[in-house]
Amino acid sequence: MKFKEILRKITGNHEVSLALILVLMFIVVDILAGGTFHSGTNIADIFRNNALTLVMSLGMLLVLLTGGIDISITGVLAFSGMSIGLLMKNHVLDSIPLVPRCILLFIIAIAIGSCCGLINGFIIAKGKVSPIICTLGAMYVWRGMAYIISNSAWASAADVAGYSDFGKDGSVGPYIILAAAFIVFFILMKWTGFGRKVYAIGSNKEAAAISGINVDRVQIAVYTIMGSLAGLAGALSVSIYASAQPTMQTGTEMDVIAACVIGGVSMSGGRGTVLGTLLGGIFYAIVYKALPLVGLESIWQNLIKGVIILGVVIINVVTQRMMKRRNLARREI
Amino acid sequence: MKKRLICLVLGALMLLSMFAACQPGIDKSQASYALVTKSAGNPYNEKEAEGFEAVMKAVGVKAGNYIIRHPEAPTVDAQIKVIDSLISQGVSAIAIAANDANALSAKLQEAKAAGIKIVTLDSDVAPADRLTFCNQAGVQQVAQALVDAVYDIAGGEGEYAILSATSQATNQNAWIDAMKAIAAADAKYSKLTLVEVAYGDDENQKSTDQTQALLAKYPNLKVICAPTTVGIAAAAKVLQDKKSPVKLTGLGLPSEMAAYIGDDADHSCPYMFLWNPIDLGKLAAYASIALVNGDITGKVGDTFTAGDMENSPYTLTAVAGAESYSEIILGQPFKFDSGNIAEWAKIY
Repeated sequence: MKFKEILRKITGNHEVSLALILVLMFIVVDILAGGTFHSGTNIADIFRNNALTLVMSLGMLLVLLTGGIDISITGVLAFSGMSIGLLMKNHVLDSIPLVPRCILLFIIAIAIGSCCGLINGFIIAKGKVSPIICTLGAMYVWRGMAYIISNSAWASAADVAGYSDFGKDGSVGPYIILAAAFIVFFILMKWTGFGRKVYAIGSNKEAAAISGINVDRVQIAVYTIMGSLAGLAGALSVSIYASAQPTMQTGTEMDVIAACVIGGVSMSGGRGTVLGTLLGGIFYAIVYKALPLVGLESIWQNLIKGVIILGVVIINVVTQRMMKRRNLARREI
Repeated sequence: MKKRLICLVLGALMLLSMFAACQPGIDKSQASYALVTKSAGNPYNEKEAEGFEAVMKAVGVKAGNYIIRHPEAPTVDAQIKVIDSLISQGVSAIAIAANDANALSAKLQEAKAAGIKIVTLDSDVAPADRLTFCNQAGVQQVAQALVDAVYDIAGGEGEYAILSATSQATNQNAWIDAMKAIAAADAKYSKLTLVEVAYGDDENQKSTDQTQALLAKYPNLKVICAPTTVGIAAAAKVLQDKKSPVKLTGLGLPSEMAAYIGDDADHSCPYMFLWNPIDLGKLAAYASIALVNGDITGKVGDTFTAGDMENSPYTLTAVAGAESYSEIILGQPFKFDSGNIAEWAKIY
C-alpha cells in the first residue's frame, strides 16, 4: 500500500519524476565516466557552458505558456552579442572604467534584445500573425543584421579582454545571473498577477479575454521578456566564450525548446513550471556533457541525444496521461 | 477558348526560352569571374574574397565582371543555389571553396557543360569535377607541420588528441588522415599516442564541451591539436582559463588567437599555423584568369604567372593518389608564434 502511494506521488508529479530520472542518469553517467562526472569543476562547467540555454529557456517557458513559440532567439542573441562585441572591438566605451563599462554593455545587449522582442510581440499580438511565421522571419532578419554589422569579422578574445573575465572559468558571474534569473521567474510565475495572466491566456485565450485580461498586452510583454533574455544570453555568450561571431549559437533555439519540452512544458500552452524548465534544462545539459565523456564515437552523439530526448518526452506523455485518467477516476467516485 | 489559352502559354514559354538562351551569350571579350566562398560571416572567407578582388582590380577587370558570393550557410545546398544563379548569369569561370567533396558534383558538371571553367580553392571536390585546385598548403605539408608541432610541444612522447570541425569536413579529414599516416610511418613519432579525434562542429559551445571532455577523460593528455579556426579558439580559452598544463597547437586565425599565443604558462598555445587566405584568394583569381585566357588548361605541368605573388610563376602539380589531375600549391604553412603574432593579428 505504502509503495503504491509513493509510486502515485512519483508518477503524479512531473517534476518529481523528472528529478528522479535526472539523478538516475547522473549516477549512470558517473559510473560510465569512471567517477569523474560528479566532480565540482565538472558540475560547474555544465552550468556555465549551458548558461545561455538555461537563461533563454525561462523566456521560452513564458512564450510556450501563451501557446506561442519563438525561434528568433538565437538571431537576437547573435545581433545583440555582435553589437556589444563591436563596441568593444572599436573601443567605443573605453573611457568608462571597466566595471561600469561591463554593466553598461550588458544593459545595451538586453536593451537591443528587448527591442527585437517587442517588435515580435507587436506583430504577433496586433498583427495576428502566427508566432512561428513571425519569429521565423525575425530569425533571418536579426541573424542577417548580425552578419551585416559584423562585416564578416569577429570580435576576438583580445578585443573583449577584461569583459570576458566576467564569464571566465572560475568566475561566479554566470552562476549569479542564472540563480537570479530563476529566482525572479519563479516568483513572477507563482505569485504575481502577471504570471497568472500568462497561464490564463495559454489555457483559454477567449475566456481570458472575456474575464478582462488584456491579451495583446500580455503577449507583447511575453515576447519582450523573451527578447531581453536572448539579449542577456548574447552578452553572456560573448563573455563566456570570449568571442563574438555572427554565426554564434546557430540552432540553439531548438535546444532551448527541447529543454522546455523535457521539463514538461506543453507546446499547446497553459501548462509548465519554472522548476520543470530548470530540470529540463539541466537534463539537456547533462546529456550534452555526458555524451563525449562516456566514450561514444562522435558521429553517434547526435543520434543518441535524439533518442534520449524522445524517450523522456514519451515517459512524460505517458505519466501525464496516467495522471489525467486517475484524476478523472477520482471525479467519478 | 482553351486552344487560344494553350497557344498563349506556349508562345510565352518560347519567348522566355529565347531570353534564357540569350543570357549566357555575353560578349566574349568581357570575361566574368565568380568566387564562391564557404559561407558568410567568417573573417577567413572574407580575406579570400579580399585577395580575389584585389587581383581582379589589379588586372583591370571591370567592377561588374567579377562576382563574389558568400552563401548564407556553410552547406552544400546554399552553394548549389549560388552556382545555379551563376550558371544563369553566364559567368566565364567559377572559383569555389567547396562545402562537401562529393555533393556538388552534379551541379559543377552542369556548370562545366555550360562552358564555365571551374577552379576550387581551400576545399577541393572530386578532381573530375574541376580543372584545378588552389591548395592553400599541400595536405602533406600541413600534416607534417602539425605532427612535428605535436612532437615538439609534447617533448617527443605522450598522449595527444585532435579537436576537429565536423566529421565530414573535407580538409580536416584529409589532414587528420595524413597526420595518422605520417605518425605511423616514422619511428620518431612512435612514442606519441593519438587518444581521440573529437568533433566540435565549429561551434563554440560544442567545442568547449569537447575540450573539457578530453581533459576529463585523459588525465595524461599533453597536447591538443585543433586544425580548425573556431575549434582552436574555443579550446585555447578552456585551457588558458583552467591554467591547464595541456598545450595547444593547430590551425587558427592570428587575430582570433592573439590573446592565447605565448611561450609562458599563462598562454595555452605556444605556436600554430595557417596560410595567408588573402594570397589564396589571389591565386584562385590568377588561376581563373589563366584558364579563361587559355594560358593553362588544367593539365599537370602547365605553368602561369601570378602577378607579384611570392612563388610566381606557379606550376600545376599532380594530386597525390589521382596523378592525372592537377593542383596548385600556394606554399608552406606559415608559423605564428610569440614573436610575430602581434604583427599578424593586425592583418587578419
